[in-house]
Amino acid sequence: MHALISTLIAKGPVVTDGAWGTEIQKRGLKTGENPESWNLSHPELVEEVPKLYVDAGSQIILTNTFGANKFIQEKYGLGDQIAALNKAGVEISKRAAGDKTCVFASIGPSGKMLLLEEVSEADLQRAFEEQAGAISEAGVDGIVIETMTDINEALIAINVAKQTGLPVVASMVFGAGKDKDRTMMGATPEEVVEKFTEAGVDIIGANCGQGIEDFIPVCRRMKSITNLPLWMKPNAGLPEVVDGKTVYNTTAQDFAEAVPKLVEAGACFIGGCCGTGPEFIKKIAETVGKL
Amino acid sequence: MEILDQISDFIQQGNMDEVARLTNSTIEQNISPQDIIDKGLVSGMGIIGEKFKNNEVFVPEMLIAARAMNKALEILEPEMINADIKSAGTLVIGSVEGDLHDIGKNLVGIMFKGAGFKIIDLGVDVSADRFIKTAKENTADFIGLSALLTTTMTNMEDTIKGLKAENLSIKVLVGGAPLTEKFAREIEADGYAPDAASAVGVARSLLTS
Repeated sequence: MHALISTLIAKGPVVTDGAWGTEIQKRGLKTGENPESWNLSHPELVEEVPKLYVDAGSQIILTNTFGANKFIQEKYGLGDQIAALNKAGVEISKRAAGDKTCVFASIGPSGKMLLLEEVSEADLQRAFEEQAGAISEAGVDGIVIETMTDINEALIAINVAKQTGLPVVASMVFGAGKDKDRTMMGATPEEVVEKFTEAGVDIIGANCGQGIEDFIPVCRRMKSITNLPLWMKPNAGLPEVVDGKTVYNTTAQDFAEAVPKLVEAGACFIGGCCGTGPEFIKKIAETVGKL
Repeated sequence: MEILDQISDFIQQGNMDEVARLTNSTIEQNISPQDIIDKGLVSGMGIIGEKFKNNEVFVPEMLIAARAMNKALEILEPEMINADIKSAGTLVIGSVEGDLHDIGKNLVGIMFKGAGFKIIDLGVDVSADRFIKTAKENTADFIGLSALLTTTMTNMEDTIKGLKAENLSIKVLVGGAPLTEKFAREIEADGYAPDAASAVGVARSLLTS
């Protein structure tokens, strides 16, 4: 285990951060606009987001680099800015983190499907190398490969991220199937643990897709077959649209009340995904502090 | 006919090579392309689609079945033109403005193609104007609107309002992870399907109603 990871988890569950996209939208990013472009155009506004999380009690914050890969940025005409977008994203989070909070850089999916032959494994690898290279050069404490739906794409990203020597978190989206315990491609938590362990990840996780209650059985099943630390970032429940506005029904209080069950199920790193904000992190930190 | 059942089975298994081989032999046996499509391809895609709907299989199984079906349609194309086979209907499909996600939309397109529809795929981030213009130009029966994000699903209404403003009777189908039947009703969509496999059935029922 990486020394940093053992230090972090030695004192109990570690609080990560919440959603970024919605927080950046509150600061003026329009629907359909490119969130990562703001690292270059509005760095001071982006920086407000991790600052809120640090103040709320995050021990690890991520970076605004989720979609900063060639395939996604090409759609916005920024395919030649990958290094700059990632570097700026890391610098923003590092400024907000100061010296008390860790920065783990976010790598999201390419948006292309290997199965449909929209992209080759070699091209995916090159794209992840470009992103991970820029992240590692800018200097972070770890890399989070997150919101993955295809194990095979995740494995390519994991292999690339491992080359940097940084601790690597790999996190899949569950929620498909009648028991909501499969990835979009049908993989079970057990299959994910097996493949990710074989690939040498430091932390295995689940994020997005569903609310905290549905994360508990997935987390428990992972825990029963692995000693690797587990990373859980649920949504604030499932969204509903009320009067044209998106509303998540789980409150920060509801979420925090379920946190002890998630910890009991084996989660070592806890934060939130879509619909969660600084208020959630504050409540999670308070709850974890009392455990 | 046994060979058509076999095609259906191989479609379900996603065995592209066997589907291609058998499709070629049906042509040699002078089986009508309509029968090959209905009793082989559509039957196979229908069964796999139903299993997908019931969570018995997942996206990869659907995709390999679709790939096998596309191969057969490619082989059958000249026969279909000769036999003057009409499509079941025309669907203009795309992800709505601001939304760059296309996996769900692609799956729906695959299911319609498998059911004999003509598909015009406009891709992602499609404006209401472009949906309407393309549907008019192609005398489409349906416009299929897809959205993965709660922040973009609200853009679906623009297309529906645009069609109403022009008094067009093109039916609008909506779908995507965050959508609900209730939302579809509120924006006055003609049809809503919770998954790709159900979408074709919804479209068919609208055609006959």
